[in-house]
Amino acid sequence: MPSPKSAYSIPTKKGKLDTHIFVVWVDNEAGVLARVVGLFSGRGYNIESLAVAEVDATKNISRITIVTTGTPQVIDQIKLQLKKLVPVHKVADFKREDKKVIFKEMALLKIVAQKKKIEKCLKECKKFNPVVLDKTNKSVVVQITALRREIDKMSKKLKPYGLTSTSRTGAIAMTRGAETFK
Amino acid sequence: MSKLYTGAEIVFKCLEDQEVEYIFGYPGGAVLPIYDELKNHSTIKHILVRHEQGAGHAAEGYARSSGKPGVVLVTSGPGATNVVTALTDAYMDSVPLVCISGQVPTHLIGTDAFQECDTTGITRPCTKHNWLVKDIKDLSKVMHEAFKVATTGRPGPVLIDIPKDIQFAKTNYTKFKKEKKLNGKIHNKFSEKEIDQLIDLISKAKKPVVYTGGGVINSGPQASETLKEFVRLIGFPITSTLQGLGAFPGDDNQFIGMLGMHGTYEANNAMHDCDLLINIGARFDDRITGKIDEFSPKSKKVHIDIDPSSINKIIKVDLAIVGDVNEVIKSTIKKINKKQNGLKDSNKQKISKWWEQIQKWRTKDSLGFINSDKEIKPQHAVKRLYELTKNQDTFITTEVGQHQMWAAQHYKFNKPNRWMTSGGLGTMGYGLPAAVGVQIAHPDKLVIDIAGEASVLMTMQEMSTAVQYNLPIKIFILNNQYMGMVRQWQELLHEKNYSESYSEALPDFVKLAEAYGCKGIKADNPQELDDKIQEMIDYKGPVIFDCHVDPDENCFPMIPSGKPHNQMILGPNDKEENKITGKGKSLV
Repeated sequence: MPSPKSAYSIPTKKGKLDTHIFVVWVDNEAGVLARVVGLFSGRGYNIESLAVAEVDATKNISRITIVTTGTPQVIDQIKLQLKKLVPVHKVADFKREDKKVIFKEMALLKIVAQKKKIEKCLKECKKFNPVVLDKTNKSVVVQITALRREIDKMSKKLKPYGLTSTSRTGAIAMTRGAETFK
Repeated sequence: MSKLYTGAEIVFKCLEDQEVEYIFGYPGGAVLPIYDELKNHSTIKHILVRHEQGAGHAAEGYARSSGKPGVVLVTSGPGATNVVTALTDAYMDSVPLVCISGQVPTHLIGTDAFQECDTTGITRPCTKHNWLVKDIKDLSKVMHEAFKVATTGRPGPVLIDIPKDIQFAKTNYTKFKKEKKLNGKIHNKFSEKEIDQLIDLISKAKKPVVYTGGGVINSGPQASETLKEFVRLIGFPITSTLQGLGAFPGDDNQFIGMLGMHGTYEANNAMHDCDLLINIGARFDDRITGKIDEFSPKSKKVHIDIDPSSINKIIKVDLAIVGDVNEVIKSTIKKINKKQNGLKDSNKQKISKWWEQIQKWRTKDSLGFINSDKEIKPQHAVKRLYELTKNQDTFITTEVGQHQMWAAQHYKFNKPNRWMTSGGLGTMGYGLPAAVGVQIAHPDKLVIDIAGEASVLMTMQEMSTAVQYNLPIKIFILNNQYMGMVRQWQELLHEKNYSESYSEALPDFVKLAEAYGCKGIKADNPQELDDKIQEMIDYKGPVIFDCHVDPDENCFPMIPSGKPHNQMILGPNDKEENKITGKGKSLV
């Protein structure tokens, strides 16, 4: 993990790592994702997950959501470095434990099994807003939305029931209440 | 309908509107339309270099000595990749550069065409921003934005990649209006409260030190004047980083020398023992801080910088003021004068003991060396060069290595923009092309590149440029036949195993000078040194001065790897007690 660096001093204290979610509003132009991702890889920061899409077609604004871990100092640096990029409009930074913010990930699960087992799977998924997108005699594709670790758990749990394929998005975030991030 | 202009014409229209006088470049297939247009614009002069890296460094030298952005023009593929070193150098040292590169026509991009490379991809991490112009309508907007990005906030290099078909395409051009409004990436909104806090810290300090960096230079010549006024007003000792030299007069009594790895004993000890550290436009680089766990342990730290990401990056500070250095110090002076007239005197009493301590450290004479009357000592050569040139406005550039540190230690700078050196990236081969750029900006001034024989050979071809444009640059080579700094580290860290740091074959620099069409001078004993330096200064043309110096000399003082500021090696006799051991050896 990158901690404060000095080429000729070895850091003796290791800071506590926090998980943060960055939301970055950028101009949707060629190479903008490479700039953001290149900043992370170039400076040795971590990306746990990444979600990008255009959110405002008239103003050409894309919203990038990045989950990362780092010491408070590193998190601070990530925010300030992101703000320096020319196509970046604003940067929001949330702690994962922040109760004022909703985090969600989506997963598509393909289960190939006997009917009974499929039924059991769907039951297990109930908590996570399951939507059955496709169904045949021996298979089902179900969409769930949940937190990262919940999806992790589900994947593990459903393996014995015939889960054969998982496709999942990175986390996206939204603040609760009427306020928006300025 | 208004007149239509080609992309190449628009490039020059923009350069004219930006008041560009010189471009440094090298032609090639993908920029030919722009080169073809050059003849129609008499206010813009093109300087033909011999290698694109030279164009980049020359533009850096031009920018750093004049305060204006340097403009570079190169072709696609190898032209662009050759300039990458200079762009990275400018990025590390915050030098405003605008690099225009040609690109293969848009329909060939991505086909591995001849001389195609992903220029914007390659230069993305080494520029503040870059653009690939795929639509002629965007060209003028991009050009002007490029100048804005390069010169505002913390300056830096930018690159504009223009495909050949865009250079031919036509559109109309609306004249550029300079905006007064600053864009959102510039931070100059410090508060009065922060200034009050700073003044409060200043008035309470007993052992203060001011530590200034290249940010003062980048803030403009006015910032150096303001800094002088500020430091005289508060009476604090002041030290400077390598890049900040010249912002405060080097021969002033309040100046305690450069700090850091090869800084003076008094500067480094003051940094270590101080109770208030005011960082103005510097970035706590690792050559400065040494071991960060033991960096200035007892001090309150203040950091004034225009780049918010520099703050708390390496050293946590107690008070951060984000803003333009000149503005921040100006407001501080104003407030001190208005509210706390007594501060001036009470401050000086309070810190008189601190000054006594600094005087004690000064008596160590950490820059001292044992001179010889048989061999030229490199420090002696720099000192003589200083003595013989200090009466005229001299511009110094350097390469990278021992000679660079000796120049920083023994040449005293009294004005900003007189000292051009590659600090962040440490690019060997920087000094000669940089001197070309400096001489272009200041045709009547004395420009000297203090060089090492290994570094200067990396960009020696630019002598040809100097001759072509009658640029009387002086290349003062401290020739010790070694990559001196590598040799020094091998001596101190690798049991004197001088692996590949000796140049078995070197050119005869006098003959080399003559081959380029300039003057060669050689000196190898101390008695003739002064006369020969004078001969170099008096000669009205480019000179290569081959100064043979003691090959075994080391650059001291030195903070060894993994040690804090107060554990320096002072000289050859001192190093036994201060051996670099254990983990320190693995560090750079």
